[in-house]
Amino acid sequence: MTINDIHSHITEIFQEESRIIIAALLSTLCDIELAEDALQDALVDALQNWSKNGIPNNPAAWIMTTARRKVIDRLRRAGTRQKYSPELQALQKFEEQSNTSEETSIDEIPDERLKLIFTCCHPALAFDAQISLTLQVVIGLSAEIIAKTFLIPGATMAQRLVRTKRKIRDAGIPYAIPSTDKLPERINAVLSVIYFIFNAGYTTPIGNELMQADLCEEAIRLARTLYQLLENHADDTAHAETLGLLSLMILHHARHTSRLESNGNMLLMEQQNRALWNRDAIAEGIALLDKALLFRKRGVYQIQAAIVALHSEATNIETTDWKQIALLYRALMEFIPSPVIELNRIVAIAMFEGFETGLELLNQLENQDKLEQYHLFHATCADFLRRLNRTNEAKSAYIKAIELCENQVERQFLERRLIEVSSVSE
Amino acid sequence: MRYMILIYNDPTILDNMTQAEQEADFQSYMAFNQVAAEKNVMRNALPLHPASTATTLRVRDGKSNTFDGPFAETKEILGGVYVLDCKDLDEALELAALIPAAHHSSVEIRPILEIPGVEQSQ
Repeated sequence: MTINDIHSHITEIFQEESRIIIAALLSTLCDIELAEDALQDALVDALQNWSKNGIPNNPAAWIMTTARRKVIDRLRRAGTRQKYSPELQALQKFEEQSNTSEETSIDEIPDERLKLIFTCCHPALAFDAQISLTLQVVIGLSAEIIAKTFLIPGATMAQRLVRTKRKIRDAGIPYAIPSTDKLPERINAVLSVIYFIFNAGYTTPIGNELMQADLCEEAIRLARTLYQLLENHADDTAHAETLGLLSLMILHHARHTSRLESNGNMLLMEQQNRALWNRDAIAEGIALLDKALLFRKRGVYQIQAAIVALHSEATNIETTDWKQIALLYRALMEFIPSPVIELNRIVAIAMFEGFETGLELLNQLENQDKLEQYHLFHATCADFLRRLNRTNEAKSAYIKAIELCENQVERQFLERRLIEVSSVSE
Repeated sequence: MRYMILIYNDPTILDNMTQAEQEADFQSYMAFNQVAAEKNVMRNALPLHPASTATTLRVRDGKSNTFDGPFAETKEILGGVYVLDCKDLDEALELAALIPAAHHSSVEIRPILEIPGVEQSQ
């Protein structure tokens, strides 16, 4: 056994099982920083010990036991306050009782990740902090990579993570599955964090393709884990919406390779090569949605998944069931009364009622809310006008949309459209 | 864990309450006190006089400066504090939700820093 073998073995355990080990440590600890430090200590020990004595039968359990001892060491070394802490007493008791624990396999370490997810997504933490912490502690990304996602310096992110972990410890944020009456609300918070992570991956600018796909896949994986962990805990709505979100993300992700041209230009759905869509993933997404709908509990993620499912099933833009899509957007409005969703509903209506009707509906919307400042409102106007051959009006709408658009890829798309309409005379 | 619950009232809301609303507000506080006592979490309840009675002090280079009024001129004014001994933040939040100020103004929940060797009233 070479030192390299051992090193790769440790790395493997670190990636695959360290999340479960951290989660298990926290059930007697309530201090994420301390658990992470103890795990690091244990990994260093493993490197020394295993190169002498060989790799134990159950490496993860070995690390778990060692990490628990490292926590005790660290607490004993710390000041008097920690010496008498209930955590230390609980750990010591645990230590005395378990003498065969090194023989336990990872499967026997109770999977406490659900508690960990709820702690990381606790509403007493700022939303950004919830996301960052979930990415680091539950998913296992480094502070450096998370910083890149948020486009902030690594040191700032590291600070945010430390502050968040200390708040959890000092404010007594529980490490527990919430009570039944709080569960629906708390599941919603977890689902928002997961969907945010997915969207961060989905809309990451070009040049970051690797990270883009990674974040989407991590979000999908986390939703899968959440669904498995929720078994026996949550009510029907929670199950239905978790499945709904999983389905929504899988269906979006199934089309992600066709969203951009090889030169990084964005493609609209009608321009995408549907042969590139991942049919297996679409089938899985639809199956998951069907399963969710069996609970008969409507929710925002299921409705959105149903919309994407209709797009995914259609062979082209003409055969898409736009009537059904418009109805689904109306259903979504009941949950989220947002002008942006209304905008999407109008696009769907225009696809089967005609762009004149669409334009009329848009004009009725114009004075509402902040829509005037929203680039997609102007882009939609421009698109309808372009299709109606009202090029001059289309041009000024594109210019407005370009001014307001902050995403580079989208802006380039709008600029190409502006050049197209400019070359046509009315 | 001990938590201090700081009650921040919006004075304009309190001033505009009818007699009946004030009475209902008071009864709600009594109801909260009752629940907290039954759960054996109440350690202290300290209502304060209005901010108009506050005096702020600053000592610089041995010289005392006193000012009329509260430290910060904010829309919401500290109206009193509770000390609750709870299992965790969720329990503290659940109880704090019964405090009337949480409904018309805000309450802040802060964990109390326990310093070993320093006598702290329970």
